[in-house]
Amino acid sequence: MSDTTLVDTIICAASEAWRHDGEVLATGIGVVQRLAASLAKLTCNPDLLMTDSEAWLVSEPVPIGPRGDYRIRRETHMGFARIFDNVWGGKRHAMVGPTQVDRYGQANISMIGADHRKPKVQMLGVRGFPGNSMNHANSFFVPNHSTKVFVEGEVDMVASVGYNPARLARGWRLEDIDIRLIITNLCVMDFGGPNRQVRLCSVHPGVTVEQVQQSTGFPLHVPGSVPATPAPTAAQLAVLARLDPHGQRASVLGA
Amino acid sequence: MNKLMTSGDVVAQLRDGMTIGIGGWGPRRKPMALIREILRSPVKDLTVVSYGGADVGMLCAAGKLKKLVFAFVSLDFIPLEPYFRAARQAGAIEVMEIDEGLLLLGLRAAAMRVPFIPTRTGLGTDVLRHNPGIKLVDSPYDDRQWLAMPALPLDVALLHVDRADARGVCQVKGPDLYMDDAFARAAARTYVTCDELVQPEAFEQGEEARYVFWERSETTGVVHVPCGAHPTSCAPLYGFDARHFKEYAASAKEPGGWEKYFERYVACGEEEYLKRAGGAEAVRKLPLPVF
Repeated sequence: MSDTTLVDTIICAASEAWRHDGEVLATGIGVVQRLAASLAKLTCNPDLLMTDSEAWLVSEPVPIGPRGDYRIRRETHMGFARIFDNVWGGKRHAMVGPTQVDRYGQANISMIGADHRKPKVQMLGVRGFPGNSMNHANSFFVPNHSTKVFVEGEVDMVASVGYNPARLARGWRLEDIDIRLIITNLCVMDFGGPNRQVRLCSVHPGVTVEQVQQSTGFPLHVPGSVPATPAPTAAQLAVLARLDPHGQRASVLGA
Repeated sequence: MNKLMTSGDVVAQLRDGMTIGIGGWGPRRKPMALIREILRSPVKDLTVVSYGGADVGMLCAAGKLKKLVFAFVSLDFIPLEPYFRAARQAGAIEVMEIDEGLLLLGLRAAAMRVPFIPTRTGLGTDVLRHNPGIKLVDSPYDDRQWLAMPALPLDVALLHVDRADARGVCQVKGPDLYMDDAFARAAARTYVTCDELVQPEAFEQGEEARYVFWERSETTGVVHVPCGAHPTSCAPLYGFDARHFKEYAASAKEPGGWEKYFERYVACGEEEYLKRAGGAEAVRKLPLPVF
């Protein structure tokens, strides 16, 4: 499978994350995530709210990159402070790109290493992950499915909460946390296994179940039969071509 | 009241060990002329509160930081700020690493003169493990524990705005105010650089006053520094300078790179800086970013 075909398959699978969300803010941070959210709005859930990735809520997803005469269709102002208002109210589903994810769905973009005072590798910081994960639905995209990302123990810095009962504050329940899909370059997973174990939902064409498990640092729940991730439809591909006129998605898998 | 002063006057007000909030966001609308003035001064051991970009990176590189209160430090199109990264990996600074929204709540608590604001944000994360000073509290109204985000009072806030008058009326016409109003209100003293210095009449008619987001009583001093946010953006006046940021980031990869950057762009003073950055006319033509 060529990288272009694969990335289109991934984006289409990822767009399914928002299908049943109704009227929430769909935020996709990163090229694949943004295209997936945009595709969802133009296909399976037109009620989604989206921003121009800057300061406006827009009625129509904005194409990626230089856009010539295209004029964004504004709905309301949506500066960063207003995003917090939305986050704290819970009407949002973000798809983000963590560096580490563990069996609980806890995720990290902050730092790698055992000593927070002196990280082995400093990354971005926790950004909005703590607030996102305690306030609204979240999904993940991982372009390089490996045991380095899907770690055996807990992530080095728990930036976003997962289904880890040991970390719940008094009075809180796992039902207060909402992690949906994990889409990778190999497969689609969710938390639908027994006791919210990570479950393999589908494998991309040419990928085996064994390959996914070997690339994951914790045991996956594997149902009796695991389907192949559906191929994009012609209609989806036509929408993607419009949303990504410069073909930026072709290089996100490291091609 | 005439609040006009110079960048030198502002930095002369700073003391070692102060807590300083810096407005803007990543590579956007940072008071960089004031940061460069701090770099040229003997002030040290600062605690900085910032949605960080090169402001934090440069203060790290120059050894001005004792402690950083942050959620991220990034130049956006260069995701990892090189000098911040180096300082962290050397264990050179203390940090209070918190969520972006917690940072805002801390500023708002300070602005409202309350000791904390309860929130669910941060529960269950290592933000709590690495910040033993952030406590959980029982609610008088339900049976849950909540995170009590402590107030983040600032000795000084440093901001950059599009235009201001000598009374301290400040206008931001860019699409995003970021959290600048919260910084202004959380600080005992707020110093603002402006691209354009205007007369009070500039705000009187039309929609102009709608782009003024805090009262002049929150502004302590005003410094007129055209292009004072460079190399960060001041939309809609100018975008950020990608070429300059690349040169800055590349300097972190060579031995003595910071010293060379400092010599070329900081030590020379602000007038010469603007010339070396290409001149005001070129800065004003820097394209606004497209996302």
